[in-house]
Amino acid sequence: MSLLSVEDLVVRHGLLQAVRGVSFSVERGETLALVGANGAGKTTLLRAIAGAHQAASGRVVFDGADLSGVPSHERVRKGVALVPEGRRLFVQMTVEENLLLGRTAGRRGDWSVERVLETFPNLKPRRHAKAGHLSGGEQQATAIGRALMSNPDLLLLDEVSLGLSPLVVDRVYASLQGLISSGTTIILVEQDLNRALSVSNKVICMLEGRIALAGDSKNASRDEVTKAYFGLHRKAAGGVPA
Amino acid sequence: MTNQIVQGILLGGYYALIACGLSFMFSVMRIINLAHGSLAVLSAFALWLLASRFHIPPFLGLAIVLPLMAVIGWALQRFLLERSARGGALLPILTTFGLAIVIDNVLFEQFGADTRSLAPFIGNLSYDSWEWPGSLYVGKLAVIIFVAAVVLLGGLQLFLTRTGLGRSIRATSEDPDTAGLVGVDVRRANAIAAAIAMVTVGLAGAFLGMRATFDPYAGATQLLFAFEAAVIGGAGSLWGTLIGGIVLALAQTLGAKVHPQGFLIGGHVAFLIVLFIRLYTSGLGLRGLLRFSTGKVP
Repeated sequence: MSLLSVEDLVVRHGLLQAVRGVSFSVERGETLALVGANGAGKTTLLRAIAGAHQAASGRVVFDGADLSGVPSHERVRKGVALVPEGRRLFVQMTVEENLLLGRTAGRRGDWSVERVLETFPNLKPRRHAKAGHLSGGEQQATAIGRALMSNPDLLLLDEVSLGLSPLVVDRVYASLQGLISSGTTIILVEQDLNRALSVSNKVICMLEGRIALAGDSKNASRDEVTKAYFGLHRKAAGGVPA
Repeated sequence: MTNQIVQGILLGGYYALIACGLSFMFSVMRIINLAHGSLAVLSAFALWLLASRFHIPPFLGLAIVLPLMAVIGWALQRFLLERSARGGALLPILTTFGLAIVIDNVLFEQFGADTRSLAPFIGNLSYDSWEWPGSLYVGKLAVIIFVAAVVLLGGLQLFLTRTGLGRSIRATSEDPDTAGLVGVDVRRANAIAAAIAMVTVGLAGAFLGMRATFDPYAGATQLLFAFEAAVIGGAGSLWGTLIGGIVLALAQTLGAKVHPQGFLIGGHVAFLIVLFIRLYTSGLGLRGLLRFSTGKVP
């Protein structure tokens, strides 16, 4: 049984259909890269899985349970954690307080404030600093750490490299590599195609709310994904079970 | 003058107490509760009823009334404010305005227009005082109210910063959407915050009844004091509320020294000065303020 199954999912923003009948599944321990141009529906899809957007139709099945109508905080309790685009930290709170908030769901596991600080050593001296006073890289590390504190079975990462310098992105991805190696199941939304393909097992390229291409990251050629990215490749390549 | 300042500071404790719940609800749920004063008067009437009919002293009656106020706050949020908030920012204000009218008139219908007080039920505490150096006489009740305000504000501060539930409430107040995404049950956090706010209102109502008289329509004046103290102190800041309460009370007592009718006017003037300074320093500037006052700024 797949850890996550998205079945014919449709999500609307008012009259706009942002996600149009998307289906895919993710197995335990896999890393799925979700790529696509701005406005392709990646963030909406991720937020719909996390419960921040209600689906107009279709289903999200997580660990065998249908998540339709389940609010976002309950989904965290079930093991789905989102690192939202733009970090969305609680800027009036300290790094430690932000991390402790991740424990609200009450899921048991190995993640603690100390372990997050070991995973992201740049946060150690900033533990008691207000999140609003952190650099972009430190904020991203805090956002990822906060999600990890809920001991998730599925980690959803939305544009973790957005607005960060290449050096900081390298550091964030080095930490992510550790998570991937430890067997954490991850869905990663990323604009940087090379990076997305290098860290993932599977790739889905979205275009105008639909899956334009789906396949194994190792087999997908950069050319093929680029064509799908810009809408030059209209047919899905297959490879990822619906 | 020293006497006025000391009395003003002590009175500020009461204003901080009554402003605390208003400020708390605004900072967490972004709701201006216009029924705030009426709910304080409701609490005072509940204590009066317990004392006059069942001979339960007001301080003991708090053990019954405060949990009741917490339940009222929770139910208000769950069944009234949460639903009205879905209709936009204006609807909860109108809802609480309507609620205030209902509470006032139900109290009037039940208790009539007579003024009441809890003072007869607390013995000589209502008028007893200590003599401080310099021939200063400070009321024991005023000191108790001030200490209660400091303890309450300090306790709330500790609760919000040191406990998981407090952090959840702060997260909800800062960004409810993201709070849900990190596992906070936003509806529950809001309902608990409303319950806490109502407990502070209940306590303020008790002290209102002990230090003065009240009638079914006394809520509007209490709301005004609470609103002025909260705005002066910066709505949402707990210790700011204490400072706001003290500034308001000092302005009132100093106003009363200048003119017999200057008590209320002194407070209003302080409130308006702070309000204008806040608006002016908020980036609107003088021209923006003038446009704002003529309704040209949306």
